[in-house]
Amino acid sequence: MLETLLPILIFAALALAAIGAWRRIRLWRQGRPAEVDLLRGLAAMPRRYLVDLHHVVGRDKVMSNTHVTTAGGFVAAAVLMILVHGLGLANPVLGGLLLAASATMFVGSLFVAKRRRNPPARLSRGAWMRLPKSLMAFSLSVFLITLPTVGVLPQDAGSWVLALILSAVLVWGLGEMVFGMTWGGPMKHAFAGALHLAFHRRPERFSSMSGGKSRGEAGSTGLKALHLGDPGAKLGVETPSDFTWNQLLGFDACVQCGRCEAVCPAFAAGQPLNPKKLIQDMVVGLAGGSDAAYSGSPHPSQGLGGKSVGEPSLVRYGTPHGTIVAPDPMSGGTALVDAETLWSCTTCRACVEECPMMIEHVDAIVDMRRFLTLEHGNTPNKGAEVLDNLIATDNPGGFDPGSRLHWAADLNLPLMADVKQAEVLLWLGDGAFDMRNQRTLRALVKVLRAAEVDFAVLGNEERDSGDVARRLGDEATFQSLARRNIATLAKYRFQRIVTCDPHSFHVLGNEYGELGGPDFNANYEVRHHSTYIAELYDMGRLAFKPWKGGTVTYHDPCYLGRYNGEYEAPRRVLEALGIQVSEMARSGFRSRCCGGGGGAPITDIPGKQRIPDMRMNDVEESGAELVAVGCPQCTAMLEGVVDGPAEVRDIAELVADALVARPAGGATTATHRPLAEEVI
Amino acid sequence: MRPEQQGVEVTVLVSVGRHPVTGRARRADQDARGLELALGLERQLAGSRVSLLHAGARGEESEAALRGYLGMAAGAGMGLASLTLLEQAEGSDAIPALAEYLAGAPPQLVVTGSRAERNEGSGLLPYALAERLGWPLVNGLAAVEMIENGVATLLQALPRGQRRRLKVRLPAIVSVDGAAPAARQSAFGPARRAELEATSVDAEPDYELAEWQLAPARKRPKRLKIVKAASARDRFKAAAAKAEGRGGQLLTDVTPQQGAEAIVKLLKAEGVLR
Ligand code: SF4
Ligand code: SF4
Repeated sequence: MLETLLPILIFAALALAAIGAWRRIRLWRQGRPAEVDLLRGLAAMPRRYLVDLHHVVGRDKVMSNTHVTTAGGFVAAAVLMILVHGLGLANPVLGGLLLAASATMFVGSLFVAKRRRNPPARLSRGAWMRLPKSLMAFSLSVFLITLPTVGVLPQDAGSWVLALILSAVLVWGLGEMVFGMTWGGPMKHAFAGALHLAFHRRPERFSSMSGGKSRGEAGSTGLKALHLGDPGAKLGVETPSDFTWNQLLGFDACVQCGRCEAVCPAFAAGQPLNPKKLIQDMVVGLAGGSDAAYSGSPHPSQGLGGKSVGEPSLVRYGTPHGTIVAPDPMSGGTALVDAETLWSCTTCRACVEECPMMIEHVDAIVDMRRFLTLEHGNTPNKGAEVLDNLIATDNPGGFDPGSRLHWAADLNLPLMADVKQAEVLLWLGDGAFDMRNQRTLRALVKVLRAAEVDFAVLGNEERDSGDVARRLGDEATFQSLARRNIATLAKYRFQRIVTCDPHSFHVLGNEYGELGGPDFNANYEVRHHSTYIAELYDMGRLAFKPWKGGTVTYHDPCYLGRYNGEYEAPRRVLEALGIQVSEMARSGFRSRCCGGGGGAPITDIPGKQRIPDMRMNDVEESGAELVAVGCPQCTAMLEGVVDGPAEVRDIAELVADALVARPAGGATTATHRPLAEEVI
Repeated sequence: MRPEQQGVEVTVLVSVGRHPVTGRARRADQDARGLELALGLERQLAGSRVSLLHAGARGEESEAALRGYLGMAAGAGMGLASLTLLEQAEGSDAIPALAEYLAGAPPQLVVTGSRAERNEGSGLLPYALAERLGWPLVNGLAAVEMIENGVATLLQALPRGQRRRLKVRLPAIVSVDGAAPAARQSAFGPARRAELEATSVDAEPDYELAEWQLAPARKRPKRLKIVKAASARDRFKAAAAKAEGRGGQLLTDVTPQQGAEAIVKLLKAEGVLR
């Protein structure tokens, strides 16, 4: 009886899954077109899964093993099941393999069940709680119905009652694993995830066969330019269908693991943003319906309107062609997403770094911000003022652009306009207008002079890099600033740009390239000052006196670390100074944002606590008396903490304080590099 | 529900501003506040329509600045998709052109900033227009409270945060300054999609302006207030105190004739009139 029933069940499930897949694909295709190399993507998919995805999943060893066992077992079992029971190839070898596969999957599902016993808050419950049972139902029933195939049990063992029960369990398993995969159950992540990896909007994020990633260690982190050429086109994302189709596909791949939630500084600060919920909101939008079935942590509520902080918000509704953020809170009805949710993000990229499904939260957030700023003129709080300043004065503070070099009146800095070429172009950044950052800049100039670096500055010809404008969604102002900067840079010859501002570093190094034209090459070699100082030290052009101060910790700026993969150089510089870094619990690629990125201090969305306060707590826990930083924003945010437990110094300042005269003949002989490398 | 109120036709006169630090063209601050006030009216009085009017030359820089006003209409959804540009050669007198246009299709309310950010910036334009059109003028407007049966109830801003409520028969001209609500953000998308409807108009060269010598404004020297205060309270009182008028005269319930005579007498005494 099972021989006739099984093929029917299996092929019915497959047929339903195919219909579901077709419907799901149609949902994704509501998005805007995107340029994707479909075949190459599909070909690269297994590697992206096995190498890149598991690189992220592997940070949690137990979970990674659980997933490999369960998913591997399932894929093998599913294929073999189709062969053995679907097509009736009841050969004992295949049957044996099928037994092994389903047994492996069963073991995996036990681990899944164990994890679900007491799930951490970041995991979603709801339908996800039944998943381990479904996995067991599938693996167990497949195992049992295969036993007769290999002759362990006689073909007609047991009664038809047993067979019926077995088939019922199998139907459950098939329902979850095959049908549910394309009809929106928890297993959807496998189907959407595989295609998302294949058609990812940043193919350059993934490693290639030859090893390294095509865009440096951090992969691809620059925002993509918005085409402003067509005046009639809607700018940014208003409705879910304004995302490109592969972005929608990406949202659908989310497994609700909540890793993004666990690392999001805005969420921890009680600001109304939970990246996981945001992605699920997008899924609600693309599929239509409400978020009533969502069973993870909500966006922390703002504590406004009488609700206490952290209370779940109202039920939200979304449709593919409905607006995501209601243009006006007065218009009644709840929006799918509140504008405050989007403006809470510091663009720290911690979520993207942790997401095992390689979802690009920041791109989506900025896409939606672009609509709010460019089409609605609705950048909150100081946003409008900052953007107006950028337009009128080329700097966010509205300072006289002719006063950019006032801090250096006594330093006699060589101007590019005079010297025309230099080895290093020192990019000052808008910190040039900030008294605190001016100390850092002066220290950096002192270091460069001590190492006899041939450098020059643009001086008053420099403009804001456009970082803040872009992250506030004002792509037009960003591109205007960028184009004028590119034209200025094109006038001079230099080998590299050095800057103490990681935001300028990121924008100049990763985002200007796309805007260069045939006339202007906008691909620059950009170094953070810590990288450059480390190089100078390695070349023996700097010498330091030993460190006498207390314990020091180092705060990785998001735009240096996660955005540009530079974790080593600042630590090498500190080591060269004789400092042993006492690391914070969250450092390196897991560093917690200072709260200063993405225009967050400008939009200033209230929460329960402030992000820099949390970061200063991290510093305190490390026991350090001094926190070394490498970013003007971080300096400002961390120094702004009331009663901060530690002093905040930029690496350049620490280096400048420790400078001593080089031993004679320093540059040529006393290199700090191992000899073997030097001889190359 | 609210009493039946009819929408009004509002024309906002907008000019090309000048950023105080860099001198770049921009939407002028006061004119933008005027538009903000008008846009607020549309929410108050359903069916109101706002139109924008500018007289001047057309150039790339000035066009970008004028589009700044159009970018304020995003989401307001009230027919602010265009701006009427009375195209004139550089250095022409805007007043006759504006007056003629407004007389031809009179709106009920004309809103304008008090003072331009370029050229003379004398602040005389609203007065000259009011004179030509024979309409009442209210300056320093803070809010339009109500418009009913062709009469507007206005709130005028006086120094030190004081307000005066006025009733004015429409059509009227109102001018706004820094006391009016700050202008909303201008959005790039709607700004560049909007139309500039240009019509050439007869240009009378502004002979007077041609006589003027323009130079960058210097900050006026300010007399330092010497405060001999012993305590913080005294310092605060000194800082918050009204400028003390001396030898002033308060005239109430006098005829216009008497008022004018008093003013002329004062001007003579001060040596302004001879
Ligand atoms: S977005 Fe990524 S990290 Fe966040 S819950 Fe979904 S899969 Fe996990
Ligand atoms: S980029 Fe940072 S702040 Fe924004 S959602 Fe991701 S983790 Fe949260």
